[in-house]
Amino acid sequence: MSFQNQVAIVGIGETEYSRSSGRSELELSLEAIQAALQDAGIDRSEVDGLMRWSVDTSAEGTIAENLGVKDLAWFGEIRLAGNVGAALVTSAASAIYSGLANVIVIYRGVNGRSGRRYGRGEVTGQKGRGSAAFTEPFGLLTPQHNLAMTTQRRMYETGVTSKQFGMVAVSERMHANRNPKATFFEKPLTLEDHQNSRLVVDPFHLFDCCLETDGGGALVLTSAERARDLKKPMALIRAAAQSGFSKKDFIDTSALKLGPRLWAQAGLSPSDMDVVQIYDHFSPFVIFALEDYGFLERGQGGPFVEEGGLLWNSGGIPVNTSGGHLSEAYLQGMNHLIEGVRQIRGDSTAQVENTVFSFVDTGVGTGAIILERNETSG
Amino acid sequence: MRLVDKDLQQRISGLPLPIPDSTTEYFWKELQEERLVVQSCSSCTDLYHPPRVMCEKCGGSNFRWVRMSGRGVVFSYVVTHQPVHPALDGKTPFATVNIQLDEGPHIISNLLEVDVQDIHIGLPVTVVFERVSSEITLPLFRTIN
Repeated sequence: MSFQNQVAIVGIGETEYSRSSGRSELELSLEAIQAALQDAGIDRSEVDGLMRWSVDTSAEGTIAENLGVKDLAWFGEIRLAGNVGAALVTSAASAIYSGLANVIVIYRGVNGRSGRRYGRGEVTGQKGRGSAAFTEPFGLLTPQHNLAMTTQRRMYETGVTSKQFGMVAVSERMHANRNPKATFFEKPLTLEDHQNSRLVVDPFHLFDCCLETDGGGALVLTSAERARDLKKPMALIRAAAQSGFSKKDFIDTSALKLGPRLWAQAGLSPSDMDVVQIYDHFSPFVIFALEDYGFLERGQGGPFVEEGGLLWNSGGIPVNTSGGHLSEAYLQGMNHLIEGVRQIRGDSTAQVENTVFSFVDTGVGTGAIILERNETSG
Repeated sequence: MRLVDKDLQQRISGLPLPIPDSTTEYFWKELQEERLVVQSCSSCTDLYHPPRVMCEKCGGSNFRWVRMSGRGVVFSYVVTHQPVHPALDGKTPFATVNIQLDEGPHIISNLLEVDVQDIHIGLPVTVVFERVSSEITLPLFRTIN
């Protein structure tokens, strides 16, 4: 059904990750896009589709102009927040499968540290308009506030602890310590460091929170047929799905709704996944996603993490093997998608052996894809 | 020993104030008369807060407004330590609470005259009204002893 294994991610590109790029977001996106096209072995003249996060500042037309795209047959943005990466892959795969475009590039370039900082209430706030009239006057100003509210209640209901959140951060840091591109490559982290780090918004300690990053990333998608004679191994899109979230579901993430649809579409179950990337804006949500996608029962996540189950070589469920948002870079899921592809190619610095299925979530239920190694050709 | 009053939590001025729109203006107008109201679907009587355009259950868009008792319990809470907004400079730690009203709906607010450390899930609270501008009165809460 659908585009199952008919479309593939064939190119990945990224810039360096820093606190101050000294360059525009447009320059970061274009560098990443050119790297991804080169990685794919596809000439820029073949690009006929461009997609971006709505929060990205580089319009498709501007990118097309710079790349020299003659006829932009497919373009679009998805708005929700930072958590739309997998939803963009879903949309692009649909367009390619239905013949509306042949080569689609998805890009994200952001000065998230030196420019617009997502953790600042006066930057991302709505100034009391719309639904913000019911939150901002009382000090719920940023995404971290709303997510901390959910976390506090879920701690109460499931017994998950701050130390268990800390073990998510420690596990991801161990992966980053193997990844020379990661922001925290050379900085180890202990559980004690995590517990002693300052509270940002209780229950979040500093090391529960994602980085703020300047950088860019890009993906190139095309049909499996076109991908056949490209130089790098393709990452087939076995399944892809998205789900909007409802604020009424206070502690439930939308992974509970997306999961069953994704597993049915793929004809697979969580236990078939060899390696997993999860949108870790805040460490507790790695545990919540594992539970709500069905990798673990609700309430099992904390103890599982505490025993080191997320580590790449644990034989458990390897999660965020490049260091994720907590320790590699905060590229709003783009770095998770890139790492998901590397795991299929065998190129990760925390490579899980014999990976066939690579799962990538980019929003704790807003979107997820399952990538599959192509077994039929080199 | 109890902290002195000035160390107990107050509302923080300088945070954004609500900007009412056509969907929400009645809610804010009632607060000026010190009445906390929520929407009730005219057809199926479901209660909604914040105010909305359509009832998700029956699809209707006619609502009545129902006055709440103002009593509830703390359903969840967060404590801001890092001042992520200029208004919070020098004012942290500062708590924001999610109150579940006795009638069911949830409302985001602040607790007044409470030591932040004493806030916990299940804490019984009741509404108080604080006039913050000529057009806006905020629904805030105090603990019930």
